[in-house]
Amino acid sequence: MNRLASEILEKTPDLSTLVLVGMRTGGIYLARILQDKIKASEGIELPIGVLDITLYRDDITITNQHHFVRKTEIPFALGGKDVVLVDDVLFTGRSTRAALDAMMDHGRPKTVRLAVLIDRGQRELPIRPDFVGKDVAVLPDESVEVLFDEKGKVKGAVVEKRKS
Amino acid sequence: MKMLIEGGTVIDPAAGFEGPADLVIENGKIAGIVKPGAGPKDSEIITAKGCIICPGLVDIHTHLREPGYEYKETIATGSRAAAAGGVTSMACMANTNPVNDNGSVTEFILKQARAYAVVRVYPIGAVTKGQQGEALAEIGDMREAGAVALSDDGSVVADSDLMRRGLEYAKTFGLCVVTHSEDMSLVGEGVMNEGFVSTELGLPAAPHEAEEIMIFRDVTLAALTGARVHIAHVTTSGGVQIIREAKKRGIAVTAETCPHYITLTDDAVRTFDTNTKVNPPLRTQDDVDAVIEGLADGTIDAVASDHAPHVNDDKEVEFIYAKSGMIGLETLLPLSLALVEQKKLSMSRLIRALTELPAGIISIDAGTLKTGAGADVTVFDPTEEWVYDVSKSLSKSRNTPFAGAAMRGRVKLTVVGGKVVYRDGTIV
Amino acid sequence: MSETLTHAAKEISWDKKDLLDIKSLSADEIELVLNTAESFKQISERDIKKVPTLRGKTVITLFYEASTRTRVSFEIAGKRLSADTVNISTSTSSVQKGETLIDMAKNLEAMAPDAIIMRHNVPGAPYILASRLAASIINAGDGAHEHPTQALLDAFTIREKKGRFEKLRVSLIGDIAHSRVARSNIFCLTKLGANVTVSGPATMLPRYVERLGVRVVSTIQEAVEGSDVIMMLRIQKERMGKVLFPSTRDYSRFFGLTPDVMRGALPDAIVMHPGPMNRGVEISSEVADGPYSVILDQVTNGVAVRMAILYLLLGRGGGYEDAH
Repeated sequence: MNRLASEILEKTPDLSTLVLVGMRTGGIYLARILQDKIKASEGIELPIGVLDITLYRDDITITNQHHFVRKTEIPFALGGKDVVLVDDVLFTGRSTRAALDAMMDHGRPKTVRLAVLIDRGQRELPIRPDFVGKDVAVLPDESVEVLFDEKGKVKGAVVEKRKS
Repeated sequence: MKMLIEGGTVIDPAAGFEGPADLVIENGKIAGIVKPGAGPKDSEIITAKGCIICPGLVDIHTHLREPGYEYKETIATGSRAAAAGGVTSMACMANTNPVNDNGSVTEFILKQARAYAVVRVYPIGAVTKGQQGEALAEIGDMREAGAVALSDDGSVVADSDLMRRGLEYAKTFGLCVVTHSEDMSLVGEGVMNEGFVSTELGLPAAPHEAEEIMIFRDVTLAALTGARVHIAHVTTSGGVQIIREAKKRGIAVTAETCPHYITLTDDAVRTFDTNTKVNPPLRTQDDVDAVIEGLADGTIDAVASDHAPHVNDDKEVEFIYAKSGMIGLETLLPLSLALVEQKKLSMSRLIRALTELPAGIISIDAGTLKTGAGADVTVFDPTEEWVYDVSKSLSKSRNTPFAGAAMRGRVKLTVVGGKVVYRDGTIV
Repeated sequence: MSETLTHAAKEISWDKKDLLDIKSLSADEIELVLNTAESFKQISERDIKKVPTLRGKTVITLFYEASTRTRVSFEIAGKRLSADTVNISTSTSSVQKGETLIDMAKNLEAMAPDAIIMRHNVPGAPYILASRLAASIINAGDGAHEHPTQALLDAFTIREKKGRFEKLRVSLIGDIAHSRVARSNIFCLTKLGANVTVSGPATMLPRYVERLGVRVVSTIQEAVEGSDVIMMLRIQKERMGKVLFPSTRDYSRFFGLTPDVMRGALPDAIVMHPGPMNRGVEISSEVADGPYSVILDQVTNGVAVRMAILYLLLGRGGGYEDAH
């Protein structure tokens, strides 16, 4: 996480327009951790938003799974901002696509970059992360889950066979 | 031609007989009830092991829809459903098209019955012309043609003076008047019982008081005129009480109820199943209990089906627009038997309510196994459990909330005038 | 950000094909709808008031009774979810003479809609469609039976203004007997733990109404006094005369909500009305447009709640319950 934070800072010359947007649910915790770390090193508290992508998913009406809608909370205007979109695991890229669409309906940021804790590959869409915590090689039928403790700190990650 | 029905229990309340016995039929008449195994061996022998042998059932309230509504039912199809239900005699209501309000319609019904019916059919004539409640129908003419009673049934005679005159005129001809006793102005647009369920469902509802007011009027007019009044399908606790009092006072009143009023409550309407829409409406459990009690203590004489066939187009519509009524000939006995199973009624009391008493109400010679009587016999297994598959009903219509319901007690054999008309699921 | 990171979410599944009534919903299901609606209310507040969620879904509004507001509310809800909405209005009289409801249903089914929003004058009519069609059926009012989305939007508005239901005192005033809004609200609010009082002339109180778990009072003053929520019901003028009340003048004098009656209300009471209002009959303009009134909030929230319902039924959505 420290590395992710410093990479973001390194590649962002102007911090005044930098904002973090966490994708529910893991991305929110990570965005907060990044916010803390950047505050510790730069003394600046970056604005942070929460994005719920449920309504923008492309499988909403084709799976039998329940998708729980929750609030999107972006307490600032996105126009002209340099957004770092934060997610825990990057896989097919479909969630990122949904997040981009969802964000565009809220405003028109200047730039959007993607930060993920784990990139497990196997992309289905032309999407690549700008900042990666760790590349992890996993089989298509395995799932990767990042675990957080009650305080929102990363406890670790588990890889397991996906439940059929 | 001799027939011997052996191995069962004979119950003939009219003769006061109940016990293991065999029944001998000869030349279309009852030749006697004999000890088990004592019947003539040169007969056609029918085994009724484990079954009850009783007089053929008499259903004094049916709608056979002919003439006019042959797409719903005909005298032929209705009679087959009757045979399947163990009913050997039935009275049919006058609300045909044209209405049975003169001798020629009565004759037509009897002619059709002679030609096509497998059980005995007795027409009930209208009280008023066209059942319009405005002028008396040709009561004498219908009597001569063969009408056994008079009724405007669901088209209630609202005008009390006209009802009085109808009763007086009917009395002259010795006919009983069958009333659908409900104050229709109080019923209003009601399509179900007014109660907690209607309050939850928001359907327009009719209060039980509508029935009580009219039963009171009708028994009062019976007292005034001395005519015989028969209250059809009693459904309310208050109604039962009024009839009980009237009988105590010696008024010539009889009453019937129907299987659905002793098995279902307005709770059944919650599904908005239009097959639960009947007239009068299904009431509450308190009413059901009171009606059963009335049946047990003799306040209510008979159980009749109020067999009211309607085609799907009449029922597969919004509840308010649906026609009222359900078919009931085939389920009359098994549904009624539930009361015996629940020990609320003895078997012989129930059989009496389905044979001797209804026969007396419409003054027909039926409902007994006395030697010399016409051999109308029903044999049923009181414990057989089965499921009512309405798609196999012999009626033309399918409107019943009992479709797919578990039944206990099944008719095995129906004999009319010494001839087997129904046996083990098939019309003979 | 109001939400804590350690948000304890209780998942409730929504497995109903149709929304026919409130009576068969659990308190959890109602809360799920309300929580889901909160997310949808946001969408209506954005510049781009549309999400792609129900793209490609067809939603038909089938109205056998005239209603502009409810139909438009559903239509907007559908459009904001990117569903294609088609409106069918048909009068009852032509229906009785012409095409039966079953035939209409079969015809609609042949066009493969995903949801049919139905208003009908006969209680139970939506159940006929629900049992025969694969499409989700949403009851937008069936006779005097139920109007579930109205009760849900009322509950949403109450929660928004009062923050709770438990022991909340809600009074419904007017024609309880013939009101689907009253029935659905009574079912909904009692399930959520509110104390419901009803009031109206005896001609407008159905038999055994107290068995619905409500308190019955005979004057509007008693109903208003101490109430957190005052919900006025629309008087159907066509029932004037023989049936329910002698004249609008007589009714408004004794059961109309006026500033005078409001003097007995709690200072933070809210006044609701499902609309359309008969100004000067059941509610005076001063009250309808006054500080107690949340009538327009109800309309706004109607869209969010109907979006939530469409989403839950068509998006196979589930939900969560805040541990609040």
